[in-house]
Amino acid sequence: MVGILEDKDRIFTNLYGRYDWRLEGARARGVWNGTADMLSQTPEWICDQIKASSLRGRGGAGFPTGLKWTFMPKAIGDRPHYLVVNADESEPGTCKDREIMRNDPHRLIEGCLVASYAIRAHDCFIYIRGEYVHERERLEAALIEAAQARLIGKDNIHGWDCNIRVTHGGGAYICGDEMALLESLEGKKGQPRLKPPFPAGAGVYGCPTTVNNVESIAVTPEILRRGAEWFLGFGRPKNSGTKLMSASGHINKPGVVEEAMSIPLRQLIDDHFGGVRGGWGNLKAVIPGGSSVRMIPAEEAEVALMDFDDLGARKSGLGTAAMIVMDKDCDIVAAIARLSYFYKHESCGQCTPCREGTGWMWRIMERMVTGEADPKEIDMLLDVASQVEGHTICGLGDAAAWPIQGLFRHFRPEIEQRIANYRSRRANVPGATLIAAE
Amino acid sequence: MSVRRLAKNQPASFAFSQEAREKADWWIAKFPAGRQQSAVIPLLWLVQKQEGWVCEPALRVVAGLLSMPVIRVLEIATFYTMFQLTPVGTVAHVQLCGTTPCMLRGANALKAVLSDKIGPKDHCSADGKFSWEEVECLGACANAPMAAINDYYHEDLTPESLAGIVDRFAAGDAPAPGSAIGRQGSAPVGDPLTLTDPSLYDGSRAKPLSLPNLPAPATAE
Repeated sequence: MVGILEDKDRIFTNLYGRYDWRLEGARARGVWNGTADMLSQTPEWICDQIKASSLRGRGGAGFPTGLKWTFMPKAIGDRPHYLVVNADESEPGTCKDREIMRNDPHRLIEGCLVASYAIRAHDCFIYIRGEYVHERERLEAALIEAAQARLIGKDNIHGWDCNIRVTHGGGAYICGDEMALLESLEGKKGQPRLKPPFPAGAGVYGCPTTVNNVESIAVTPEILRRGAEWFLGFGRPKNSGTKLMSASGHINKPGVVEEAMSIPLRQLIDDHFGGVRGGWGNLKAVIPGGSSVRMIPAEEAEVALMDFDDLGARKSGLGTAAMIVMDKDCDIVAAIARLSYFYKHESCGQCTPCREGTGWMWRIMERMVTGEADPKEIDMLLDVASQVEGHTICGLGDAAAWPIQGLFRHFRPEIEQRIANYRSRRANVPGATLIAAE
Repeated sequence: MSVRRLAKNQPASFAFSQEAREKADWWIAKFPAGRQQSAVIPLLWLVQKQEGWVCEPALRVVAGLLSMPVIRVLEIATFYTMFQLTPVGTVAHVQLCGTTPCMLRGANALKAVLSDKIGPKDHCSADGKFSWEEVECLGACANAPMAAINDYYHEDLTPESLAGIVDRFAAGDAPAPGSAIGRQGSAPVGDPLTLTDPSLYDGSRAKPLSLPNLPAPATAE
């Protein structure tokens, strides 16, 4: 068998688009099966089931989804409730929600209905990133199908009015942050708001709002259909369930696959993705959870498990379970410098440490790539990184600092060597002859 | 942050086509009454679809439609990098992803192809038909390297296949988007390793079921 998870336990059975994505095909695969029964229960029952399954948010932070839902007011007051689905998938390395939206859109729509009911919302927005034009067209078409079959919308057969709408962004990574997403949804620049108030108190248009990742929403109906114990049966405690995992970079067969949580990282790469280019011995480092976590070197990747707690203990993180694999032939400093450029480009400019710091970090990183940096600049760079980390409204500052910190944590001697090599080749650098003589 | 300004040469006026105007009304109707400002990004996108880029008179038209200050629309147009503030190639605008996952799989070689075929980045070719830019992660990393050409994703590119695609656009063809090596979506290349169980697709999942863990029915009193 390949990997840990068996086919019968996979939730996303049309992950690769081999089968019909339309309503009829989705129904044959079990979507919209028993939905009316779920909605005949109380919202509390749904929240309890999701809590019991210990589903943790699939967007990267890993906050328990069921718990998040219970933060919403218990009754609809003078302000309507909103469900906002975060489909602004822009994290480098991450490409899982896209597969759900283009190949299994009805699973997401069913999830929207169930989650809307659980948080007592009649309105739902799916905020998809602007570049996903094809995926947006699919979702819009699927929504029309579902509305025509009276599965959603006003006076639908499930007895809970739910108006699901798709809207899109304009190519800003920052809008993947829930507070920036809400701003963008209101037609403003995507600059994150301060918390509190949290979205459950005052979200979009000042109304109680829950923001969830696409995958978190799409798996909930299946958890209710099969039971929380089934979902708990995969992975280690507090890290349960199945998860879409993807791999890119220097592996033989990049792709996206659904696997059980806590699968050993090496088994995931070897079984599903054809191994590291040039064999496992050629592995240098893995960024396990999308670009915004610290990398782990090969010897730790050997024993790491793909779950929140194990990777967290290694000072990395599961994030979105999107691995970026780097082998020994690649210039790892250039790879991280390119990420620094990404964060510089995507900083929204609201907080000074991030707006200025991402630019500083990128410029120093570029000097590290060529080796023309001063050796003292390594500590200066790490100092800037720690000054940015934790001093911004949203997580982008942290996300910009972590890849750099991870690089120097594991590969500092290599960069010092690079600087020394550069200097030894240039006689006009003070002390170069001395270094060369040594 | 990236500094983005409006183009120097602006057309005198802008008007939505009939079709685009209907689409704009459809977008505005999606949002609650009084919250029409939410439609500003989709409306600017409609402008870009119609004209190829976002011009200054269009900002005024959109601001008027949504009853919002022009400066707020200008903010949106300059903040969100998907909006082209200068004209782009009329036949094809290539957005090449250059972020780390694509870079590791050879995006830098693709840049050389585009420089060679089209010219320097962020500029239109001499005949105005082609342009290209380097963009940040487009979220198709399992199919890296990739480029979005006229909004649709061309994936698993090599220098040769990208050159071929550009040539076909130049010849007046419209190459189909998707994987250049014929992969099915993001499935690992080669024979499928997962989702091979036929019972997933024979309709057995659609049979009526009773949900587990239902609360015990209230006993009749």
